Amino acid sequence: MLKKLTLSAAMTLALGTTGALAAGGAGHVEDFSFSFEGPFGTYDQFQLQRGLQVFTEVCAGCHGLQYVPLRTLGDPGGPGLPEDQVRAYAEQNFEVWDPELEGGEGDFRAAKPTDNFPAVTSAGAPDLSMMAKARAGFHGPYGLGINQFFQGMGGAEYIASLLTGYTGEEKEEAGTILYENKAFPGGWISMAPPLYGDDVEYEDGASTELEAISQDVAAFLMWTAEPKLMARQEAGFVAVLFLTVLTVLLYLTNKRIWAPVKKGAKGQPAE
Amino acid sequence: MSGIPHDHYEPSTGAEKWLHKRLPIVALMYDTIMIPTPKNLNWMWIWGIVLTFCLVLQIVTGIVLAMHYTPHVDMAFASIEHIMRNVNGGHMLRYLHMNGASLFFVAVYMHIFRGLYYGSYKAPREITWIIGMLIYLLMMGTAFMGYVLPWGQMSFWGATVITGLFGAIPFIGESIQTWLLGGPAVDNATLNRFFSLHYLLPFVIAGLVAVHIWAFHTTGNNNPTGVEVRRASKAEAAKDTLPFWPYYVIKDLFALALILAVFFAIVGFMPNYLGHPDNYIEANPLVTPAHIVPEWYFLPFYAILRAFTADVWLVMLVDWVTGGIIDAKFFGVLAMFGAILVMALAPWLDTSAVRSGRYRPMFKWWFWLFVVNFVVLTWVGAQPAEGIYTWISLIASAYWFVFFLVILPLLGVIEKPLPQPSTIEDDFNEHYGKTEAGAGDAAATPAE
Amino acid sequence: MSHAEDHEGTRRDFLYYATAGAGAVATAAAVWPLVNQMNPSADVQALSSIRVDVGDLEPGTQLTVKWLGKPVFIRRRTAEEIEAARADDGASLPDPEARNANNPGADGADANRSLKPFGDAEDTGEWLVMVGVCTHLGCVPLGDAGDFAGWFCPCHGSHYDLSGRIRKGPAPENLPVPVARFDDETTIVLG
Repeated sequence: MLKKLTLSAAMTLALGTTGALAAGGAGHVEDFSFSFEGPFGTYDQFQLQRGLQVFTEVCAGCHGLQYVPLRTLGDPGGPGLPEDQVRAYAEQNFEVWDPELEGGEGDFRAAKPTDNFPAVTSAGAPDLSMMAKARAGFHGPYGLGINQFFQGMGGAEYIASLLTGYTGEEKEEAGTILYENKAFPGGWISMAPPLYGDDVEYEDGASTELEAISQDVAAFLMWTAEPKLMARQEAGFVAVLFLTVLTVLLYLTNKRIWAPVKKGAKGQPAE
Repeated sequence: MSGIPHDHYEPSTGAEKWLHKRLPIVALMYDTIMIPTPKNLNWMWIWGIVLTFCLVLQIVTGIVLAMHYTPHVDMAFASIEHIMRNVNGGHMLRYLHMNGASLFFVAVYMHIFRGLYYGSYKAPREITWIIGMLIYLLMMGTAFMGYVLPWGQMSFWGATVITGLFGAIPFIGESIQTWLLGGPAVDNATLNRFFSLHYLLPFVIAGLVAVHIWAFHTTGNNNPTGVEVRRASKAEAAKDTLPFWPYYVIKDLFALALILAVFFAIVGFMPNYLGHPDNYIEANPLVTPAHIVPEWYFLPFYAILRAFTADVWLVMLVDWVTGGIIDAKFFGVLAMFGAILVMALAPWLDTSAVRSGRYRPMFKWWFWLFVVNFVVLTWVGAQPAEGIYTWISLIASAYWFVFFLVILPLLGVIEKPLPQPSTIEDDFNEHYGKTEAGAGDAAATPAE
Repeated sequence: MSHAEDHEGTRRDFLYYATAGAGAVATAAAVWPLVNQMNPSADVQALSSIRVDVGDLEPGTQLTVKWLGKPVFIRRRTAEEIEAARADDGASLPDPEARNANNPGADGADANRSLKPFGDAEDTGEWLVMVGVCTHLGCVPLGDAGDFAGWFCPCHGSHYDLSGRIRKGPAPENLPVPVARFDDETTIVLG
């Protein structure tokens, strides 16, 4: 309930400030609603699993996740895959270089859960490990950062907006083809549209429309960027709650200690 | 230690006497914690404790983070992610350290504004003020070098730009810059020395903090009236003061707990709000981010640095007079460091005989304008240096210097101060004798 | 009158104790993360359990893998080796314990030291898994060596038999068997 209220409040604010946002040349970022938003937001395990599937089948061809350990796919709060699935996923999808093999010569072998996702540099595409934190979807107004205060940093929203923001226009510039994208700063991006809708088949029967799979993979990338989000919010909540109690106790103690001193002041005639 | 007469520690048992003769450490602690403190201090006197807490927080979390961090260009960025993902509770420790720097600067700015408004820098507290300014400079150095350690894009380019300031010094600038960096550009040598200094400087700050406290425990605290504590006798002093423990310890802890509740809300729910997204991209010497923006607490000085461009007549004049030695670039650097220098010289620039801004009708206005101006500088420092923003930053930067160099000296001559209470006790009784009537002046509200 | 004052006093004391208590709890809560961060991190913990494929291991040969920074010997013993090892059960054993983490408290009979195969298969004693660190001073013993045709530590001359039990020399204990199990027909999980 509270989450819904927070969300709707954020949405109202979003609607109110879209005008200010769109004014800049920064590209338009849609304020998608994600389950992990707000102070009590949590990752949707099944959405993360779907996002992982999109990443594996589409993004992983060009992008790496070199800072993300494969074993964390089994962590609670994340996609939460069972141990044997994590092992199978690592083994079937990735090969890593192991310098200890072949008597120190090094060789490729199937990835293990203890390895990270491999880095992918062949296509010159950026690593996506922290992409959802390395982009801010929301700014302003007037450089005051108030939108981010209410809407969040907007990294996942930026990613989803980018994936759904292709207009279909292309142009060639200095030998590379650029694609028009509403969300990309400057409007023209060198990445060809990676998703068109129905690019994957979900086992759980969730929607595979462009907007849905874009949000799934954006949610997954938010998790790769901030896997400890839920633990952090929990710790923050407990700390704030406890400090509030401590504050009240200290307030009362302070009042009690000062009472005789202040009473003394009242007892004397003021000059 | 204190100039205000009060009861001192008397060793009573044999063991206490034995220790006291050899090392009077209990007496030192007693005198420090029981220092007579003006009884009319208001809520702006809490920031010292908040700052002490911040220093401890940063040192403790910093030492712990250093156990997992690797100061090498190939591994620094990955080691931060190791802390964020693998180390037990590492993500919280890192976010606490990150946002702890911001809390530190919020507190130091409030502390400085308090000092400016109530004339805490005036005789006999000039040394306290100067030491404070040194601490502030070291804080900026420490924070800057700390920001380089994660080796993100902003780390790298911030380091490049700021060390570039030293390159603006005529004749020897380039040699100094190379010496600072340990090479022609920011690289592994730079990262290593910044790590070393980032670890060292907080302890230098801690030493200076001890001197800072020593100095104002010698002169006694200032207070909202600026009137000195009577110190002819213990009995008289006791009418104006209360011992620090428990009265102010509890009061300060209450304020600290409240501030920490807000702080933990930020750390828990929006830890990256004050950071820059580009710092989650690994440093790349070949690609510069679109806008290089320093951390928010440097923005006022960053604005001053950028404000004095080559088309400002003053800059042109200085350039011409010095035969091009002080060009626009160097002028900006001088202005930035000069801004802190003139603030440090406030004890000698302020000619008014009255300490507290409460009794200075004209100063009040200029002071609040200075605070607003500071906020404007912070904001404009984050804007691109173009169009209307250049004008705003130029006017705001100019006001900074005008405030210290013109207004402070002049006000002492032309201002007619209001009558001050003759004692602190009078001020306290004045306020609490009439609280039923409801005094609403927030700035003048002592202790609650 | 005095009764009212007492009451007031108790209330005040309670407030002070509650505040001091809450402050102490806050301090303790702040200290724990500082201690806990020094415990092994998640990446180190993930390596505390490794999987070893033993499908290619022929009887009469052994595999040495690194686990927790130490060598682990995995030997697939032949029928003759098992027989020789079990024949020694009655010999004088300097260390009468099995030293088997999977079989705590058992005596040093060879059958108590071998690893049970996957599923319901009978334990013929074929699989012997041991931490390859001499219990004397930590050297790594050599395989197929020594007076008992088992392992021999070259540092100070400790002789282990085909069951990895100490038989002669300064080492005080049998080579320890770590926590291990078969996860499928050909995969041993250490830890």
